[in-house]
Amino acid sequence: MSTKLTAKDFATSQEVRWCPGCGDYAILRAVQTALADVGADPDKTAFISGIGCAARFPYYVDTYGFHTIHGRAPAIATGLKLANPELNVWVVTGDGDALSIGGNHVLHALRRNVGIKVLLFNNEIYGLTKGQYSPTSRVGTASPSSPTGSVESPVSPGQFAMGSGTHFFARGIDTDKKGMGDVLQQAHAFEGTAFVEIFQNCIVYNEDVFADFTDRKTAPDTQLHVKHGEPMLFGENNSKGIHFNQDTLALEVIDVTDAKDEVLVHDERNPTIARMLIDQKTPVALGVIYRQPAQSYEDAFYAKHPTQMKRRKSVADIIEGPSSWTVD
Amino acid sequence: MRLAGDSGDGIQLMGSQFAVSTALSGSDFATFPDYPAEIRAPVGTTFGVSAYQINLGGGPITTAGDEPQVLVAFNPAALKVSLPLIAKGALVIVNNDGFTPRNLAKAGYDSDPREDGTLNDYQVVAADISHLNLEAVKEFGLSKSEGGRCKNFYALGMLLWMFDRELGPIEAWINRRLASKPTMRDANIKALHAGHAFGETAELSANISQFDLPKAKMAPGVYRSITGAEALALGLAAAGELADREVMFCSYPITPASPLLHRLVGLQELGVGTFQAEDEIAAICAAIGASYGGMIGVTSSSGPGIALKTEAMGLAVSAELPLVIVNWQRGGPSTGLPTKTEQSDLYQAVYGRNADTPIPVLAASNSGECFDMAIEATRIALRHMTPVILLADGYLSNAAEPWRVPSMSDYDAIETNALPDSDDSPQRRAFSRDETSLGRPWVTPGMPGLVHRIGGLESDSETGHISYDPANHQRMTELRANKVDAVASYIGEQEIEAGPECGDVVVVGWGSTYGPIYQAARKTGASFVHLRHLNPFPSNLGEVLAKFDKILVPEMNNGQLVTLLKDKLCIEPESFTKVTGHPFLIGELVDKIESLRGKAV
Repeated sequence: MSTKLTAKDFATSQEVRWCPGCGDYAILRAVQTALADVGADPDKTAFISGIGCAARFPYYVDTYGFHTIHGRAPAIATGLKLANPELNVWVVTGDGDALSIGGNHVLHALRRNVGIKVLLFNNEIYGLTKGQYSPTSRVGTASPSSPTGSVESPVSPGQFAMGSGTHFFARGIDTDKKGMGDVLQQAHAFEGTAFVEIFQNCIVYNEDVFADFTDRKTAPDTQLHVKHGEPMLFGENNSKGIHFNQDTLALEVIDVTDAKDEVLVHDERNPTIARMLIDQKTPVALGVIYRQPAQSYEDAFYAKHPTQMKRRKSVADIIEGPSSWTVD
Repeated sequence: MRLAGDSGDGIQLMGSQFAVSTALSGSDFATFPDYPAEIRAPVGTTFGVSAYQINLGGGPITTAGDEPQVLVAFNPAALKVSLPLIAKGALVIVNNDGFTPRNLAKAGYDSDPREDGTLNDYQVVAADISHLNLEAVKEFGLSKSEGGRCKNFYALGMLLWMFDRELGPIEAWINRRLASKPTMRDANIKALHAGHAFGETAELSANISQFDLPKAKMAPGVYRSITGAEALALGLAAAGELADREVMFCSYPITPASPLLHRLVGLQELGVGTFQAEDEIAAICAAIGASYGGMIGVTSSSGPGIALKTEAMGLAVSAELPLVIVNWQRGGPSTGLPTKTEQSDLYQAVYGRNADTPIPVLAASNSGECFDMAIEATRIALRHMTPVILLADGYLSNAAEPWRVPSMSDYDAIETNALPDSDDSPQRRAFSRDETSLGRPWVTPGMPGLVHRIGGLESDSETGHISYDPANHQRMTELRANKVDAVASYIGEQEIEAGPECGDVVVVGWGSTYGPIYQAARKTGASFVHLRHLNPFPSNLGEVLAKFDKILVPEMNNGQLVTLLKDKLCIEPESFTKVTGHPFLIGELVDKIESLRGKAV
């Protein structure tokens, strides 16, 4: 690549067809910007999606792209990554695609640690099918399929990922340019499965479902941007912090004015802290919550393969088998 | 010959070793492993009987045999299950030690069949095989159960004497297989020799003479014994070599498809990779991902698993990616008869998808042919850029037969469609088509300057972009149909397998019923047309069949090929079906042909 590409170079000629004001627009821009910032080679980058609003994503990114079937993108991305580990493979999915119909594939991609980046656009609703409750919808969500309110407990994407053995879990908010940029770059750099939950606002069917912590006015008090090795501070002038209460074995918010030493320092390798941060309601934890580097699946696959998938013998060398005989 | 006992008796091992010995002696053979779905079914029960049938002789052998003339029964249940299948007058070898009152009761015998006249029509050799075997291996100090495990080799030794076979090759095999367990190795070799000696000495009934088979008249060449799973694995590796691409095999374990996975694991040095997916859907999706990435993606399963894969097949059709899907058919519906053979997934293969989603369908007729069909399936997939279904079945997966080893130089290279030189956008270039095959170039991520998008939404016929244009969908639907029809112009004409070009009866078959149909046609002088391409049919098939008064279609399903022939050729064949989980008998086919001719049977 002779000249450095910009975000615009990652846009296709296709007209973007999400609803006006959809959070997906901001995510698309953040991804195109991140690709430019990390110097991604479009020829070696592929976006794989399943079905849903989010799944249109590959048509709008000027790299290789494959819009597949509902829930199966992680399985297709696994095959692609095995066939060509050099590729930079991204999976774009939604809460229904990843956690309902495709839950099994997400589980196994995570436990295998396949080198793919999974961007889960979580809007807690089925958008493309016109607003039914999803597996992440909160209890009581009124929708066309649950007019008096849903009765199912939602699944937590973060806890699902941790339980599946993920090695990387991060969170971002669709319109938070800075936070998204950082999370996407960290995900890009990770060798195994990078699982990113993006809070995405569906303005038609579930507007402002995350407003209690995404509203910019109250953001300082409702968002906790974690960084490995740094104390978990938030609020105006970082006046508040997260403390680990050893009596209740739970996280709590403290005033840091005269208790700076009591603030918990983020350790992204600690799965227990990660699990507590995922459940933390106010503030909501954002950024890289958990990262545990480990050999990727494709690396292990090739290391274990006797010839690293190369053809070292001809069929002719072995076709006769252990015992053969000749007929004259 | 039929060998039968409990599933833990080592029957399958004994049978396959006898098959090897038959091959080495120069006789032709075909085998039919017949085992229960349970791994270790309760001992002594009729449903736990594991059997191995082998047909051997001097003439060309195409079936595992109609009525066995030798039966080895390790217990009463094995005798009970096998007796209705064997010929009157057959030699029946029973293991006395298996005939305990408890085992007799479990098999549902009120009295001992050895004594109550049940075996009057047979030549019976009753030997204390378990006891004699334990005596023979006593010196090794094995436990009773360890020593007992040698009894299949004791019985094999008896059979090798009866058929005048060398012990050497089997001994060499035991040496290799049990190299790390010297005591068990020596004990098994001792049991083999002791069984052989038992046959030879006066202890065996004097009226049983040695069998001496004439050598088969086989075409010159190098031969080996091969199962369908082995041949298909080698064929996929060969296809990779001919296309100069790696092969990525993605599957989820299922009976009777798993042997292919196990065989391919052993072929990694041929540029083969295997991925055990989390489910059937993930297996085909990973194979599609591998094909998208430039390797030959292959998946394999049996009927229930294939059903789960159908949505993804549609994706491969829509995205125009190559893919090979192998279906080792078994009895159904649902879980059905996992270890029994059926040909009942033909509808599923040809018609079984949502929307207008045509896919080429091939079928292998014997174990060795699985090699050629794997190459043919891959060739079609890469040429037309389409998924291809290759139908095999549970019988082929496990059945061993002698196979004349082909030379790789006899096969043409497998070509892909050239990427046109043009100033068009990468999107257009990726969807440019070969005029005859209608296949597109195989453009894969990583190729410089060819960035484009594909998917399961309807795509524009020229640019591949999403298109909801009504005329375009009409065009694409027709194009997908034409593409599969175009396969017919590459596959050659339908030939007649046996018999004259015109006459009163032609028997039409497909898949593993080849053997009995071939034999029945030869016996009756009827003609035999065997189909290897089921979608599309060879273009002259209608013409070939029109020259006969009657068309008989024997199938191990409820008449699926008949429906297909009616649909595609507007003809009215006579259906003859059998869904017992056992292959057709030559005799019943002969009777059917004769009755069709109006002759009294």
